[in-house]
Amino acid sequence: MKNLIKIENLKKHFDNDGVITHVLHGVSFEIHQGEFVAIMGPSGSGKSTLMHILGFLDKLSEGKYFFDGQDVSQLDDDLLANMRSQKVGFVFQAFNLLPRTTVLDNVMLPLMYVKLTGVERIKRAKEAIESVGLGHRIQNLSNQLSGGEKQRVAIARALINQPSVIFADEPTGNLDSKSGLQVMKILQDLNLRQGHTIILVTHEKYTAEHAERVLRMKDGLVIADEKVANRILADGASELAK
Amino acid sequence: MNFKDNIHNSINLFRQNKILAFLTMLGIIIGIAGVIVIISAGNGAQSLITNQIKSQGSNLVAIFPGNGEDEGPPVSVMGIVITTLKYDDMKALKDPLRAPDVLDYTGYVRGSANASWQGNKADTSYVGVSASLPFIEDTAVQAGSFFTAEDENGLQKVAVLGSDVKKDLFNDRDPINELVKIGKHSFRVIGVMRERGTAGFTNQDNQIYVPITTAQKLLSGINYVNFARVKISDETRIDAAMDDIKEILRERHSIDIGAPIDFDVRSQRDALNALFKVTSAVKFFLVAVAAVALLVGGIGIMNIMLASVQERVREIGLRKAVGAQSRQILSQFLVETVVITSLAGIVGIFLGIFVSYLLSLIVQSFGYDWTFSISVFSVLLSVIVSSLIGFIFGLVPARRASRLDPIEALRYE
Repeated sequence: MKNLIKIENLKKHFDNDGVITHVLHGVSFEIHQGEFVAIMGPSGSGKSTLMHILGFLDKLSEGKYFFDGQDVSQLDDDLLANMRSQKVGFVFQAFNLLPRTTVLDNVMLPLMYVKLTGVERIKRAKEAIESVGLGHRIQNLSNQLSGGEKQRVAIARALINQPSVIFADEPTGNLDSKSGLQVMKILQDLNLRQGHTIILVTHEKYTAEHAERVLRMKDGLVIADEKVANRILADGASELAK
Repeated sequence: MNFKDNIHNSINLFRQNKILAFLTMLGIIIGIAGVIVIISAGNGAQSLITNQIKSQGSNLVAIFPGNGEDEGPPVSVMGIVITTLKYDDMKALKDPLRAPDVLDYTGYVRGSANASWQGNKADTSYVGVSASLPFIEDTAVQAGSFFTAEDENGLQKVAVLGSDVKKDLFNDRDPINELVKIGKHSFRVIGVMRERGTAGFTNQDNQIYVPITTAQKLLSGINYVNFARVKISDETRIDAAMDDIKEILRERHSIDIGAPIDFDVRSQRDALNALFKVTSAVKFFLVAVAAVALLVGGIGIMNIMLASVQERVREIGLRKAVGAQSRQILSQFLVETVVITSLAGIVGIFLGIFVSYLLSLIVQSFGYDWTFSISVFSVLLSVIVSSLIGFIFGLVPARRASRLDPIEALRYE
């Protein structure tokens, strides 16, 4: 498998009016294309900061970050925005859908920032919405949806620009267990059937065990990097995983 | 994100919050409508005045006593009484050798008076004029006749009534040969003028015309004229005729060439220019008031857009997370404000046109010759100004939005 993400001795500190807080103390690992990796750790362990850097939302302080073989350690704001637009998709705990806006418009949002015709945008958005099983909700407003449906819309939105990697930040955190399971099933589907690389950030052991590999973090360091022994397979995905 | 997306976005926001959008627009709507109405009404008022002056004929030259500045109004308008202009001066102007372009003249002596006939009273004014007045002012009697040069020379106590005075005193009865009291004196009515409307600020139908000599002697007790008008043979000869008139008057008043003169010769064109200056000044003052309204409207919009940025921090964070560059966020918010203010501008333009039209109907219903016009310039100016306001006052909120850090914005509660 090809190396998609490679970080070497990655460090991050924040400077708040001269008070320097060290969050990441030198993290190194590789993630291959098609992997489903969970980053796990208690709050304050630096897992969110790590995800922000990997997802081009933030800049690293020291170390190296290679994405798809390319050194992306020192990108400026506009290039970071381009990477977010073309290479990654995000699924957030709080869904972050535009309020009072249709499912279609929500899913099309990332395409506003790439050059595409209107027809192509709608075609892609419809496909993405179908793939998360919400074809019948396409013209509904976002506030008319249940939590589980909202998160599925968010997944469709993350998929629409055909990213190399999907970051899911506590995607089940605001959901009941049934909806949460449904979301995890979709993520596993995307990984197992369609070969998407997925990086899941969570503090829940149960959720993390849907991934194939877990990076455990504590105090700004990766303390364990292991394959999930008894991977939980959401309904219907089990056979493919074997 | 292209321009079309931005527009689409802005219109969506309107749908989502109609009342807020409308209130945001209100200041601009009122300001722009104000500009349109003021400019339209200003043009209407100017047309009213110029039409009236033009209706008296464009080849008239007026002579005022006292030396007025060329740029300002004649000094006699300020209420200063100057007695240097005599009726004989006027008579001297009708000299085919020295002033070949002068067709005829009339002096004016004005005063207010109570007129009465058999217990009917009219609070009116008299105007002593020459027998040539109908020719000079391009008007005529509707009944009877105007007085003659003989009446003038003989200081006859004859009067020609303005149509309003006739109505006030006689209603539907025939006034010809009746005796009307003007002040203490009785005048025989020999004619009624046709309706003439207002000119400048005088209602020409509410005055009584009497021979100028009679007016000087009996009614005013003066030996000078308030002002005079001279009719010139052709518009193209006005400048030459004015020079001739000045020369004759200077000679009669024994003023050396180059010394300051004690009279003021003005063409109708000068009068128009003077009035135009006054009305333009008023108009621009009012436009300045409307501009303040627009400024306040703009500040209101900036305020609301800042609040809107605050309200949409998470949206901005999300847009950045899915790939929006800072300048795309900047242009999104800028386009939003410009769309709001431009829409407001368009609504304001229609409102302004509507109000201007109503205004013209109202003024016309009072019988004034008021032209309803909307200048293309004022409409273009309004469109440009309203979008410019959106741009200027949208810049601060848009910059604030574009500078938000995506991570903090996404976490914002």
